[in-house]
Amino acid sequence: MTEPIEPGATPPRASGAPVVSLRGVSKHFGGVRALVDVDVDIHEHEVLAVVGDNGAGKSTLAGVLAGAHRPDAGQVLVDGSPVVLDSPAAARALGIATVFQELALVDDLDVVENLFLGHEVGSGVFLDEVEMERRTWQVLDQLAASVPSVREPVRALSGGQRQVIAVARALLGSPRVVVLDEPTASLGVRQTAEVLNLITRLRGRGHAVVLVSHQAGDLQAVADRILVLRLGRVHGTYTGETSYEDLLAAMTGAVLPGSGGR
Amino acid sequence: MNADGTRGGGSTLAAVDPGQARTRVGLRAVLGQWFHGEHGVAPIVVGLAFVWVVLAVIQPDFLSAENLVNLTLQSVPVGVIALGVVLVLLVGQIDLSVGSVSGLAAAIVAVGTVTAGWPFVLAVAVALACGMAVGLVYGILSSRLGLPSFVITLAGLLFLAGLQLRVLGPLGSINLPFESWFVRSIQQGFLDPAVAWALVVLWVLAYLAMQVWGRERRRRADLACAPWSQVVLRTGALAAVLGAAVGYLSTARGVGYSVVLFVVLVIVADVALRRTRWGRSVRAVGSDRRAALLSGVAVHRTVVSSFVACSTLAALGGVLAAGRLGAANQGTGGADTYLTAIAAAVIGGTSLFGGRGSAWSALLGVLVIQSVANGLTLLDLDQATRYMVTGAVLLGAIVVDMLVRRRRQEA
Ligand SMILES: Nc1ncnc2c1ncn2[C@@H]1O[C@H](COP(=O)(O)OP(=O)(O)OP(=O)(O)O)[C@@H](O)[C@H]1O
Ligand SMILES: [Mg+2]
Repeated sequence: MTEPIEPGATPPRASGAPVVSLRGVSKHFGGVRALVDVDVDIHEHEVLAVVGDNGAGKSTLAGVLAGAHRPDAGQVLVDGSPVVLDSPAAARALGIATVFQELALVDDLDVVENLFLGHEVGSGVFLDEVEMERRTWQVLDQLAASVPSVREPVRALSGGQRQVIAVARALLGSPRVVVLDEPTASLGVRQTAEVLNLITRLRGRGHAVVLVSHQAGDLQAVADRILVLRLGRVHGTYTGETSYEDLLAAMTGAVLPGSGGR
Repeated sequence: MNADGTRGGGSTLAAVDPGQARTRVGLRAVLGQWFHGEHGVAPIVVGLAFVWVVLAVIQPDFLSAENLVNLTLQSVPVGVIALGVVLVLLVGQIDLSVGSVSGLAAAIVAVGTVTAGWPFVLAVAVALACGMAVGLVYGILSSRLGLPSFVITLAGLLFLAGLQLRVLGPLGSINLPFESWFVRSIQQGFLDPAVAWALVVLWVLAYLAMQVWGRERRRRADLACAPWSQVVLRTGALAAVLGAAVGYLSTARGVGYSVVLFVVLVIVADVALRRTRWGRSVRAVGSDRRAALLSGVAVHRTVVSSFVACSTLAALGGVLAAGRLGAANQGTGGADTYLTAIAAAVIGGTSLFGGRGSAWSALLGVLVIQSVANGLTLLDLDQATRYMVTGAVLLGAIVVDMLVRRRRQEA
């Protein structure tokens, strides 16, 4: 029942061709091999979870998709054609939005300014603050987020509130692929539930979701496929029903890829 | 000095649940915003008032209309330079060479018009283009090669000071023809009181209209609206300040053309910083460069444009200084010009660490510094005292800024 799916094999629930694929992607930081020859397919209507130990390369993988890291080797394909994700703006333009693990919020800007940073709404040269604020409330309400004010610098917000803001930012403009790097790490029960609920809804609407998470609950609730990374290498892809113990074994290397679990 | 009511620290904005009315309280919100808001100008206004009271007590002549007219005219060249400094500080960089750039620009205008016989407009265009080119070089070196702007602009300071001497040639000083329209309009050009009052009315009405319009749009979008009391209060405050300034200055020579130019530049910069994509990028990059990059801001372009704007304004400041002096010499833009400009920006409330500040800090800061200089000159105190007092004021301003910021973070 915990049959790992070999990389490249057709995943069970995926429909059609992948939106984004990584082919043989490697990334080094000096001597550290953060990603080694990684192949991933990301499909619409699917939540792909990425798990692994600390330092396994999960955030680096998210960074490659986000355009924050340029791979040293390998290709990124969007709809089957090779693309260069050389900046977060380029990734965003191709419909890939990311919530970074470190959130990447600008402390001195307020919530509205952060949400629309880099893709502000405006007419001509001038910004349309009213429209931006209106949409901000819309997306925050959707996430059941409680922030005291959307016109206060985000430095004044709590860790969880900041995380919700970062998630909200990724959702603006409904991107095709949403990459979430540990989006629930510092969220309360209610906000976690809202984010997971939202991920399910995103999948329902046909988005592709890449979810990096350590939380067993997250994975059980929403993951369709689970990609296990270990020391920068892909150690198998598992179905969403795989038990956390089996995943843990794969993450730590107790199970070899392709051995079929226990 | 927010240009309208649609933004800014509504610290009492209480909205948690969707549908709940998003309202905020009136007077306290306004005051809170003035004192603690992102563009909180109140501390510096209080500081300026304090400086004026002290000077007026020691030397009543300080507050004479004639002297205040002088003060405004003196403030313009450094003020324009300080406005540029605000822009680089906001983006998280610094430009130490603004004095040299202004000196070079003054030299170019003098040599161009007097020695080479260029038309005045051409000479100014060349001077501004030089400023632009300098900023472009800084911007590229800083953002592409990642060199610290402190060092690049220090090198630029020396290099351009040398270039200024070379341009001026062996004479070292060139007088601009006293009767040229440029020198005359800088030194003796004043708004007709009727025109000045018309501008005040226009400004206040525009301000009011923008607030009412912004409020109406927010109401229609079902967002929190500033209460009418706040709109009235703000408009009244603006009208009072402008009316008092124009009314009092008009009892003497009035409002100089160059002063109008400076205020217009500050307004343009303020609108650009708060209401355009560019301004938002500047503040984002200055506050957190990496987060801005990850959010998709064109960081390189933003940094380069800030340097270009700064150097161009510095060049313009030099041109205005030459006009005010009626000459360009080796001392133009030298000595303490860049320190005064940077100090003015910081005293006015722009952070040295990027991301926080406003265009108005250039105007307010330069008024504080020039008031001190002007007052001490009236008292016949020497340069030495002037430096020491200005240094103390700068330190005081930074301490106040720190305290306010700490309170804000604790709040
Ligand atoms: N910018 C960087 N510079 C140098 N080394 C880096 C950088 N980013 C990541 N690394 C290294 O690459 C490896 C993978 O890091 P990564 O952040 O992708 O891990 P992770 O799986 O996200 O871990 P965590 O669960 O702690 O978030 C680590 O060994 C890390 O030290
Ligand atoms: Mg990580």
